[in-house]
Amino acid sequence: MLQQLRMLFPLFWTFFRIGPATFGGGYAMISLIEHETVTKRRWLDDQELSDLVSIAGSAPGGVGVNAAAFIGYRMAGITGAVISIIGITLPTFLIILGLSFLYMNLDGNPKVAAAMKGIQAAVIALILSAAYRMAKTSLFDLSTVIIAIATLVVLLFTEINPIYAILSGLLIGVVNITVKMLLGLKVRTEKETPQKREDAVYLEYYI
Amino acid sequence: MLLKLFLFFLKIGFISFGGGYAVIPMIQHQMSSQSWLTDSEFQEIVTLASMGPGSIATNSATLIGFHIAGIPGAIASTAGIIIPSLIIIVLIAAFFYKFHNNQWVKASFYGLRPIIVALIAYAAIHLGLQSGKAFAPSWATIMTFVICGASAFALIKYKVHPFTVIVAAGIAGIILF
Repeated sequence: MLQQLRMLFPLFWTFFRIGPATFGGGYAMISLIEHETVTKRRWLDDQELSDLVSIAGSAPGGVGVNAAAFIGYRMAGITGAVISIIGITLPTFLIILGLSFLYMNLDGNPKVAAAMKGIQAAVIALILSAAYRMAKTSLFDLSTVIIAIATLVVLLFTEINPIYAILSGLLIGVVNITVKMLLGLKVRTEKETPQKREDAVYLEYYI
Repeated sequence: MLLKLFLFFLKIGFISFGGGYAVIPMIQHQMSSQSWLTDSEFQEIVTLASMGPGSIATNSATLIGFHIAGIPGAIASTAGIIIPSLIIIVLIAAFFYKFHNNQWVKASFYGLRPIIVALIAYAAIHLGLQSGKAFAPSWATIMTFVICGASAFALIKYKVHPFTVIVAAGIAGIILF
C-alpha cells in the first residue's frame, strides 16, 4: 500500500512530462512512453509494452490517455490510473486553453485570420492522412472496402447520426465473420502483421 | 448546461475508437442539431484543437466546453471524454487482460475498422467543403486546395511532423490570403 502511494508522484510526473510531447496524436508518443517506462524506469517489460500498445490502441479514447491509465493501474491501482490520466491531460488542457485565450485576444487581426485559414487547410490534410494510414492497414479484402465505401456514401448523402455507423460496425463485423465461418470460408480478421518488432509497434492498424 | 456537456462527451468518450478523428462528425452533428455552435465556430475550434498536443477529440471537447460555459465547461467536457477511457482500461487491465486476442473482439473490430476509415474521411471532406465554400473558383478556394494538397503530400509521402506542417501552413496562409 505504502509502496503504491510512493508510486503516485513518479507516475504523475512521468506522464505530465510526456503530455506536451504528444503532438500529432497517439502513435508518435508510443516510443516516448517506451523510453520512459521500459528503458528508463523498468515499469514494464517488452511483452507488456506490446500488450499495452494493442490495448491502448484498440480501446476507445486517445492512445496516450489509454496508455497512461493502463500503466498507472498496473503500478498503483485505480488511484494510479486516475493520477496518470490527470498527469498526461493537464499540460494539454492548459496549453489548449492558453491558445484559446491568445486567439480570442487576437481575433480580428487580419494576419491571424490568414494564418488560421492556412492551418485549417493543413488540418484537413492531417485528417486525410490519418484516414489514408488507417485505410492502408484496415482495408485488406473486398468486404472491408465495400463497408468503407458504403459508409462514406451514407454519411455524405444522408443526415444520419454518425453514432449509428460505429454501432453498426461492431454488428457487421460479428455477422460477417459468423457467416464466413458457417460457409466454411477462410476467416481473416486482420491484415497479417509484420514480424519485425519495430514495425509492429508503429503499425497504425489498431483502433 | 455543465451536466449536458459532461454527459454528451461521456457518450462520445465510450465510442471514440480510432484515436479521436472519427468522432469529429459525431461532435459536429450534435453541435448543429442542438445549436450549441455554428459550423464556422466549430471549424475554428477544430483548427485550434489541432494546434495543441494531445488528441483532437479531447482538445475539441475542452474548447467546446470553454466556449459554451467557460472554465467549468472546459473541465466538465474534458472529464466527460476521458472518464470512459479510464473505466474501460481499468476493466481490461483488471479482468480481460488478453481481450484483444478474443475471436469476437477481433470480429467486431473487423467491421469497425473500415467504418472508422469512412468516418475519418467524412470528417475531412465535410470540413473541406465548408472551407472551400462548395468549389467556387476563387483565389481563396484554390489556395486552400493547394495548401491542403501540399500538406497531405508532406505528411504521407515524406512523413513530415504534423507540428512542422501546421506552422508551415500558418506561414503560407499569411503570405497567400
